[in-house]
Amino acid sequence: MATPTSKEILAGLLRQDPRAIGRAISAVENNSASAADILSALDQEAIERILVLGITGPPGAGKSTLTSTIIRALRKEKKRVGIIAVDPSSPISGGAILGDRIRMMDHALDTDVVVRSMATRGRLGGLCASAGAAVRIMAAAGCETIIIETVGVGQSEMDIIRLADITLMILAPGFGDDIQAMKAGLLEVADFLVVNKSDLPGADALCMDMEQVFRDKQEKDGIHRVLQTVASENQGIDHLLAAIKALASHLEASGIKAERRHKAMDAETMDWVMELLRPQFIQAMTDKPGRQDPRIRAKELIHEFSTIQHDE
Amino acid sequence: MTIDKNLDDWQKNELAASLDRFPERREEFTLHGGSEVQRLALPEAIDDDYLEHLGFPGRYPFTRGVQPTMYRGRLWTMRQYAGFSTAAESNKRYRYLLDQGTTGLSVAFDLPTQIGYDSDDPMALGEVGKVGVAIDTLADMETLFSDIPLDKISTSMTINSPAIVLLAMYIVVAEKQGISADQLRGTIQNDVLKEYVARGTYIFPPNPSLRLITDIFQWCNPNMPLFNTISISGYHIREAGSTAAQEVAFTLANGITYVQTALDAGLELDQFARRLAFFFNASSNLLEEVAKFRAARRLWARIMKNRFDAQNPSSMMMRFHTQTAGNTLAAQQIDNNIVRVTLQALAAVLGGTQSLHTNSRDEALSLPTESSVRTALRTQQIIAHESGVADTVDPFAGSYYIEQLTDDIELAAKELIGKIEQAGGVVACIENGFIQRQIEQAAYDYQKEIESGERVIVGVNRFQIDEEEKPELLRVDPKVEDAQIAGLQEIRAERDEDEVQAQLATLKLAAESDSNLMEPILDAVRAYASLGEICSVLREVFGEYRD
Amino acid sequence: MAEQEQKNPYRVLIGKPGLDGHDRGAKFIARALRDEGFEVIYTGIRRTAAEIAATAIQEDVNAVGLSSLSGAHLRLFPEVISELRMRGGEDIPVLGGGVIPVEDIQELLEAGLSAIFTSGTPAKDIICSFTEACRKHADGDTDQ
Ligand SMILES: Nc1nc2c(ncn2[C@@H]2O[C@H](COP(=O)(O)OP(=O)(O)OP(=O)(O)O)[C@@H](O)[C@H]2O)c(=O)[nH]1
Ligand SMILES: [Mg+2]
Repeated sequence: MATPTSKEILAGLLRQDPRAIGRAISAVENNSASAADILSALDQEAIERILVLGITGPPGAGKSTLTSTIIRALRKEKKRVGIIAVDPSSPISGGAILGDRIRMMDHALDTDVVVRSMATRGRLGGLCASAGAAVRIMAAAGCETIIIETVGVGQSEMDIIRLADITLMILAPGFGDDIQAMKAGLLEVADFLVVNKSDLPGADALCMDMEQVFRDKQEKDGIHRVLQTVASENQGIDHLLAAIKALASHLEASGIKAERRHKAMDAETMDWVMELLRPQFIQAMTDKPGRQDPRIRAKELIHEFSTIQHDE
Repeated sequence: MTIDKNLDDWQKNELAASLDRFPERREEFTLHGGSEVQRLALPEAIDDDYLEHLGFPGRYPFTRGVQPTMYRGRLWTMRQYAGFSTAAESNKRYRYLLDQGTTGLSVAFDLPTQIGYDSDDPMALGEVGKVGVAIDTLADMETLFSDIPLDKISTSMTINSPAIVLLAMYIVVAEKQGISADQLRGTIQNDVLKEYVARGTYIFPPNPSLRLITDIFQWCNPNMPLFNTISISGYHIREAGSTAAQEVAFTLANGITYVQTALDAGLELDQFARRLAFFFNASSNLLEEVAKFRAARRLWARIMKNRFDAQNPSSMMMRFHTQTAGNTLAAQQIDNNIVRVTLQALAAVLGGTQSLHTNSRDEALSLPTESSVRTALRTQQIIAHESGVADTVDPFAGSYYIEQLTDDIELAAKELIGKIEQAGGVVACIENGFIQRQIEQAAYDYQKEIESGERVIVGVNRFQIDEEEKPELLRVDPKVEDAQIAGLQEIRAERDEDEVQAQLATLKLAAESDSNLMEPILDAVRAYASLGEICSVLREVFGEYRD
Repeated sequence: MAEQEQKNPYRVLIGKPGLDGHDRGAKFIARALRDEGFEVIYTGIRRTAAEIAATAIQEDVNAVGLSSLSGAHLRLFPEVISELRMRGGEDIPVLGGGVIPVEDIQELLEAGLSAIFTSGTPAKDIICSFTEACRKHADGDTDQ
């Protein structure tokens, strides 16, 4: 079958053709030739209008189940939704099992629910770049709310969360150790703390604990930041969505959203810088093996690189 | 001289010399799951408190069996799982099996029936009549058992999520034969918990499923005293790839959950406990399997006595059905499967099973033909009448190795059950995937060993041949699906529709309350409401489970 | 063993159409493919052909693997192919496995399946077939 050109793909995006959306994301993810054409032609305004939700939390907390119920609620409002579900790649084989999809199969035949599973592919931060591009592609294909689901362990998650306008941290009773580990970093960046599996014992205690952590944020704008859900039984979702909407308009009005977007764009740009330079530096290192201290060697490589660029 | 001294001496001399000259076949001999198999078991392996650990058959802790004379009295029930295509076809097969000397029927339903879909449901496409018989309404059930006197046989039905509906149909068929429920003998599988972790025919979420099970216990207790209301199944857990110890652990943990749920619903322990039955897998490692059955029996007795404070010894007795391991059957050189099945069946008998299904040689390819089913049955008859193993009780008792392995498996299972309870019990461990992950890992490791050739499967990864001849296979005619759908539509046209709708409405109200659902389902079935219609009502009220 | 030489991992979808819940084989293959460097989207059990096809398209996979053990393969596998076709995914190769009698293999291949695996097919052969199918698909598609 003939490979579609970037033009055809772009036309497909406007038609909201699932095949075109999938191909466009692959093009960026694989860093292929057509990626730049596609990305530069995307509708910037559409991108500004959308809301990007980040959903993170420890493995098994119920992120995918919750995502699925949020999709359901948004679909009732006739909103077109995009989901980017991120799972880690195996550092050994480079492969991955992308399993979040299982819990979202209820929406498989709904053409207004666009799901893309992505593996981290072991790139430092590079994921931020491809997930960011995927967000914009989905926006150009008419998605109004885009959810990024990622497991809340490790650095790449922090990067992903930077792409979001609003971040939800999902916890559940019985995840004590994970929560301790998160208290330092991830909890601070979260806008909402969702205590899922509230049907299980220990949920109330967890909530009280979290209320402490979020007291300051909550007092600032009066929006409830710690919420309870039972994702598997569709409970607590209306409350959660109402709170998200309240915060979204607050962020919009106060200019915080624009500021966050700005930072996200910078982070993504940085990612691309790294991503695009990497092959050249890898080449340079193989061409000129060195034994110096890595920091000194790096400086030398950069120096050489900029002189070459200059000479050209 | 003491054993120790002799042992030392033997190790230094004969053993060392032998190892020197003939190294062993492998560096380490292990069971699936990794525990090491010793070279030589010794008397000290056996805990010497005979009464505490072994005792007498028919007596706590039942290690040696549940009846005092075991097969010297009555042989195990030879029960061949069968059913395919239409009720009429399956009925023919049942009557053939009864003629051949089978002593109990075992009904296989097709997947749409097992998942509560009518044959004309879009979800049923391609599956009607494939792995079992399609049952849509009472009419199919009447055909299935026509000319089979239900008071003379015992019937086992492999049905789980919609068990209450199929049981109701069975009761009504008997009613029409003039046989009351209290004369009916048999078993329904009715074990939903293992469906979530291993077999996949779930419909509703765990909690409403447990309610249906309890409703069955409650109704059957006074009305159907000879019928086993559940068959707590490790079979499928093992088929999904678990180890032997995991099979015991997960099955007994499910058993504990059913007992606790029934107690919480106010049932009397010593009334329902004797109607609990179990169902295990007989896999290929003969010695490990024998030990597994004995360990399971002892562990269950101890749990019932110590944890639940059962008073009646029959509440502590684990009675179980066994089926040989389907996953061990090879599609290559299929006659070899007869030998595998023989060894597995032997393990089940040496382990003291109450009933047994032997797989047919061609089942890795398709449904079994009549002649392979006969060979499978003959295998049991040869073990029963020719091998001599049925003439004494628990012949392996006292084997140093078997006793030690029995202890090991009991301990491993007990520890795993402890872990599940600590993590919030079976339902929590299903929801967070703990049990599924354990099984998946064991299955993965096992398959890796086969792929690498470390584990030899004869004819599959060693001793292969080029096979020319294609075995004769039984195929279900694709037209069966259309015929079944036509039959269903005929019933829908003939029945009293107002009556059906009225009964379904009553059922819905009952489901929304917490009253027992057996009577409303019996009424709906009598009105020829279909399985799919009844399950739809329950789906509406209970919701659906999705993995 | 089939190593992936290209720099971007191949994406495959492993699906179980129909109603049988025996996913031991499907899960094993999913993991084995992961261990060979594939990105594997697993749909879980009891999916319709339409759901599998729609997911494969959205996820832009290089190949679809189907598993069925209930004997419904003659009905279900071709159904997935026609659902893919309906959605413009006729280029995506479909491979199938399960309890499949030899005499059905030809019929399935004629219906458009790229490869059929039966019980006892070594994992390395299965992985090779997937690699082959993905490579062909990716080569016809310069975006890879
Ligand atoms: N009891 C209870 N179980 C839930 C709830 N929400 C989700 N679960 C169950 O928790 C398990 C894990 O849910 P997932 O949605 O896959 O969790 P996840 O956080 O996406 O997991 P990963 O993607 O593997 O990190 C599933 O078995 C769900 O059915 C809830 O509110 N209550
Ligand atoms: Mg998830």
